[in-house]
Amino acid sequence: MGVALTRSAQWTAAGHGAKTLEVTPLNEAIVKEIILFVESFIYKYPQEANYVFVEPLEWKTNLDPSAFGSGYAVSGTTVKSEEVDKNGEPLLYLSVPQIKIRSFGQLSRMLYFAKNMKLKEAQACIEANENPVAKILGFDYNIINEKNGNSFVSSILDKITKDDGPEIEIKMKIALQLKQLDLHLLNHSLKHISLEIRLNPGTVKNDIELLKRFSGKGEQTVLESIEYTSDYEFSNGCRAPPWRQIKGEICYLLVKPHDAEILCVTCSKEGVFLNGGKTDDEGQINYERKGEIYKDLVTLLKEKSAIFSENMSKQEVKFSEQPQKDQPNEAPKEEVAITHKASIASRKSSQEKNRINLGRSQLTKRLEPSLNWRTSVSSKDRNTLRDTQAEKHGGKLEKSRSSLSPGRAQLIRKSIEKIEEIISDSSSESEEDEEQPDHRQETNADLPSEYWQIQKLVKYLKGGNQTATVIALCSMKDFNLAQETCQLAIRDVGGLEVLINLLETDEVKCKIGSLKILKEISHNPQIRRNIVDLGGLPVMVNILDSPHKSLKCLAAETIANVAKFRRARQVVRHHGGITKLVALLDCGKHSAEPAQSSLYETRDVEVARCGALALWSCSKSYANKEAIRKAGGIPLLARLLKTSHENMLIPVVGTLQECASEENYRAAIKAERIIENLVKNLNSENEQLQEHCAMAIYQCAEDEETRDLVRLHGGLKPLASLLNNTDNKERLAAVTGAIWKCSISKENVTKFREYKAIETLVGLLTDQPEEVLVNVVGALGECCQEHENRVVIRKCGGIQPLVNLLVGINQALLVNVTKAVGACAVEPESMMIIDRLDGVRLLWSLLKNPHPDVKASAAWALCPCIQNAKDAGEMVRSFVGGLELVVNLLKSDNKEVLASVCAVITNIAKDQENLAVITDHGVVPLLSKLANTNNDKLRRHLAETISRCCMWGRNRVAFGEHKAVAPLVRYLKSNDTNVHRATAQALYQLSEDADNCITMHENGAVKLLLDMVGSPDEELQEAAAGCISNIRRLALAIEKARYS
Amino acid sequence: MNRKKLQKLTDSLTKNCKHFSKFEVKCLINHFYNLVGEVTERQGMIIGLDRNAFRNILHMTFGMTDDMIMDRVFRGFDKDNDGCISVTEWVYGLSVFLRGTLEEKMKYCFEVFDLNGDGFISKEEMFHMLKNSLLKQPSEEDPDEGIKDLVEITLKKMDHDHDGKLSFADYEQAVREETLLLEAFGPCLPDPKSQKEFEAQVFKDPNEFNEV
Repeated sequence: MGVALTRSAQWTAAGHGAKTLEVTPLNEAIVKEIILFVESFIYKYPQEANYVFVEPLEWKTNLDPSAFGSGYAVSGTTVKSEEVDKNGEPLLYLSVPQIKIRSFGQLSRMLYFAKNMKLKEAQACIEANENPVAKILGFDYNIINEKNGNSFVSSILDKITKDDGPEIEIKMKIALQLKQLDLHLLNHSLKHISLEIRLNPGTVKNDIELLKRFSGKGEQTVLESIEYTSDYEFSNGCRAPPWRQIKGEICYLLVKPHDAEILCVTCSKEGVFLNGGKTDDEGQINYERKGEIYKDLVTLLKEKSAIFSENMSKQEVKFSEQPQKDQPNEAPKEEVAITHKASIASRKSSQEKNRINLGRSQLTKRLEPSLNWRTSVSSKDRNTLRDTQAEKHGGKLEKSRSSLSPGRAQLIRKSIEKIEEIISDSSSESEEDEEQPDHRQETNADLPSEYWQIQKLVKYLKGGNQTATVIALCSMKDFNLAQETCQLAIRDVGGLEVLINLLETDEVKCKIGSLKILKEISHNPQIRRNIVDLGGLPVMVNILDSPHKSLKCLAAETIANVAKFRRARQVVRHHGGITKLVALLDCGKHSAEPAQSSLYETRDVEVARCGALALWSCSKSYANKEAIRKAGGIPLLARLLKTSHENMLIPVVGTLQECASEENYRAAIKAERIIENLVKNLNSENEQLQEHCAMAIYQCAEDEETRDLVRLHGGLKPLASLLNNTDNKERLAAVTGAIWKCSISKENVTKFREYKAIETLVGLLTDQPEEVLVNVVGALGECCQEHENRVVIRKCGGIQPLVNLLVGINQALLVNVTKAVGACAVEPESMMIIDRLDGVRLLWSLLKNPHPDVKASAAWALCPCIQNAKDAGEMVRSFVGGLELVVNLLKSDNKEVLASVCAVITNIAKDQENLAVITDHGVVPLLSKLANTNNDKLRRHLAETISRCCMWGRNRVAFGEHKAVAPLVRYLKSNDTNVHRATAQALYQLSEDADNCITMHENGAVKLLLDMVGSPDEELQEAAAGCISNIRRLALAIEKARYS
Repeated sequence: MNRKKLQKLTDSLTKNCKHFSKFEVKCLINHFYNLVGEVTERQGMIIGLDRNAFRNILHMTFGMTDDMIMDRVFRGFDKDNDGCISVTEWVYGLSVFLRGTLEEKMKYCFEVFDLNGDGFISKEEMFHMLKNSLLKQPSEEDPDEGIKDLVEITLKKMDHDHDGKLSFADYEQAVREETLLLEAFGPCLPDPKSQKEFEAQVFKDPNEFNEV
């Protein structure tokens, strides 16, 4: 038992008080085996069961004294066993909550009393008694046990021969039993362990690299980001610190899925699990396991993120498709390899500012082992982009790519661009560090003169007193700091360290000078990262407390520049920067400032502006949004919004817009009357301000009250008029977004019609970037809910461009387009146009789209199309394989898809011939399988479909056979009248079959239906009554049959 | 000094010095006499702070260390060049020193830096003022090379008319572009912290003053 417990059982990390057993299947199995052993002990070895332990086993129990039955003296909170030892002490003594047990007999009895708490008690016992064998048999036995398991038996025999006696003999027997149990447990746990897949650093690394390449912003990627917590890799491939590697841990990851919080994941040899996350700013990880163990990273992420699993399945499809596609292109691929090498060679000779490129190509080279087609394509792209020498091969490369279907090629290119972005982003630090030395050596000759001058200045910074430092800083500021060569020169000669060091001195002038430079060079993404790595942010955050306003301003502005990436924002938050920045916003309160301000001072307004600027940058992280809110930032932002300085308004509105993605903020924005000012600023002259205001309205207008507020404050008109200016695409996207969200309210739509916005929107359906299109189409989709607007759209020729957009690949766009087309199809005249443009076929093919939202939206759009098309039955039949496709969608597990497909089937089934075809495709069993659902929307459409499908052949009977009737009866208990109506109609149809009537009656349908007869809804009344009459008629017929 | 005379002095100084309130002027005068000590008034004897006493104040109160600059500051205060700072000079001097506008301070600083008072800060003067500003590196052949280079850098930055020396116009333009250059050749104004401490110490309890 000792060996098994120390070696196999999975203990949680020490250092948290007493050791505890982790809740794992393995541990549970071990504890169960031990229970089994103890319980059976009293029967198998009655004599040994009376043996009194050397020391009692003692632990905290949850057992109630009242649980103990006969054989025990129970008094209040104590229990004593009547069984006593030689000295008259009870063998079981419970004084809540401590329990002491001194024999196996008592142990097994205790387990008997514990009943279903057995497992807990046993676990508590094992946890509290670290060395049970020693306690039971005395310490010397344990030592043998631990030291040398094999010679155990022989040494026992030795002992027996040495000192004989009944006591010892029993002890020996128990020892042997325990030894056997130990072996048994070890074998048992071995079985468990062998089931687990052992991971190794190599596979984990491959997984991560692969995922990294599919991460980034945007819909197509599987994750937003995935990164190691540590850049250092040990020679064995692990990244965990050595003392954790002992536990089998390989590395720790921070994974940000699209639809969840950041996950802190441990990859260990046992598998992959969530750990306690980063505990503090030092980057310490709480290594404790916080969730189940998964066999690998992908399984864990699939479990945690729906979007991941969905996009992953897409990527997998692509993976499996691609190799065959690439087969015929072997030759061009080889050429690529050659040009790739050539490119590196040429780059070496030209040795221009290619450091990053070099880094990237090295990265791809390093990834080579795990690479397949994808990198070859990406290197193609890179070469064609960057390599002038390879240009002659360009034609061939183009050809090889054009062999892919255009849609996919575009998609692939996109994802490659994304991947590249991410690689450059996440790897820049380590890459640069590696590149630095040889960069210096090889480029000494043709370094620009600025480099040397800057190096000299940095030397003076290092070795000068305050006066010399200020002169050097001022002189450095005169270089063109916006230029990358200068930025990197400052870094490469070690200037960043000095500049950051200066911030920690007491010299105001030096700090000001240093910040002025940092502010400029931090526009460079690499410098930002270097500043963070050198610990510059905490120092700047501290400066925010300084009494000097200009210092505060500069620090805030620099933070605004640096906090453009996630890690930096996190550092700002962890050092309390958000609170301090919010405090900067609070200007004007201390208006009683001394009249004679010092020379280096600025105005309060400027301080607030810089604060807002920094908050804007920081507000791109979710946790920071929360922090800003908690620090009371919203009322302050609201107050600043009332000013009329554009410089101030842009960061303020920018912050609000960024934060408005959170529900809490939207509520606060409403409460603080911010909408009014947003609307006011829509009329500003500044395009950027207009854009951010529109964006903020877009975010906030999810809420109905806000939409009304926008209208009441007259915000719709400026929005509509901004539509006419289409040059600034960002602003156009924001404005159309705001219009989209606002037009969810009917009253707003009416206003938009007045302002002729709908015509303008139709005009924007062509030649616009996707971001704009999504919003434009979304807005049109909302407008189309009204008849008048549908007419307007048709009249100004909006249907054609809408249908054209059905071939796109942007998922958000497709969802909106299908919705708009569907809304248009309600109009028979529009439907004719859609039909002529082959829009129905396009919609139908969208049912094959991998994304469920698109599928569902396309299916909803198909419903009015089928309803309103002339000769719909014939049209539907003309889609080869279309009906089968629809029926198979019933196997989806997305409720919205199912409901929409049911609606489509209802419409299809109106045509007898089609109904026959879908019956042959097995629609009945599929529908019946769906019947057990709680989703009212699905219930309603499902019931409608069932009632419609009953019209063919023996489908009624078939539904009964597939047990669809009983669940349907339960739908009548729903709260939704739409469900009631559809269900009553379905039941009415089903009740034409006698067996179904019996099932309904058995499930208590009659009473429920009787209630429905009293409903004000006539259709419902009628269907319910019809159904009851069918049931009744059957009953009468049976009675009649019985008596005649 | 009798009360009437003191009153008159306070009034005239308050009138001519716009940066201090009457109370503050009173405080400063009081502080001045505290610093001068209990020298009894005698006819023909100038009461004031001599060079050493003033340098001591600059060093102790305002944390200045550079002897040359302190000397120049003394000269800046000592308008009549009599080697002694009178109470009037004290109040006027401090008005610029503590509360001066940028213009006033530029003028004051330029005077401090213009060692020979010829209206220009020459290369030699700069070298003189900056000679202790860099850590001497033993490896360098010419230990002054760094200083010379620093002077060149400063000239490049500030000498707008390229005549190899700084006129007041050059200096003014450079400072207006970058305020940090106000004290380009050494600290000759109080740093904000010691200024605050000084003001807090001198302009305190009005009741205490009334009793004097």
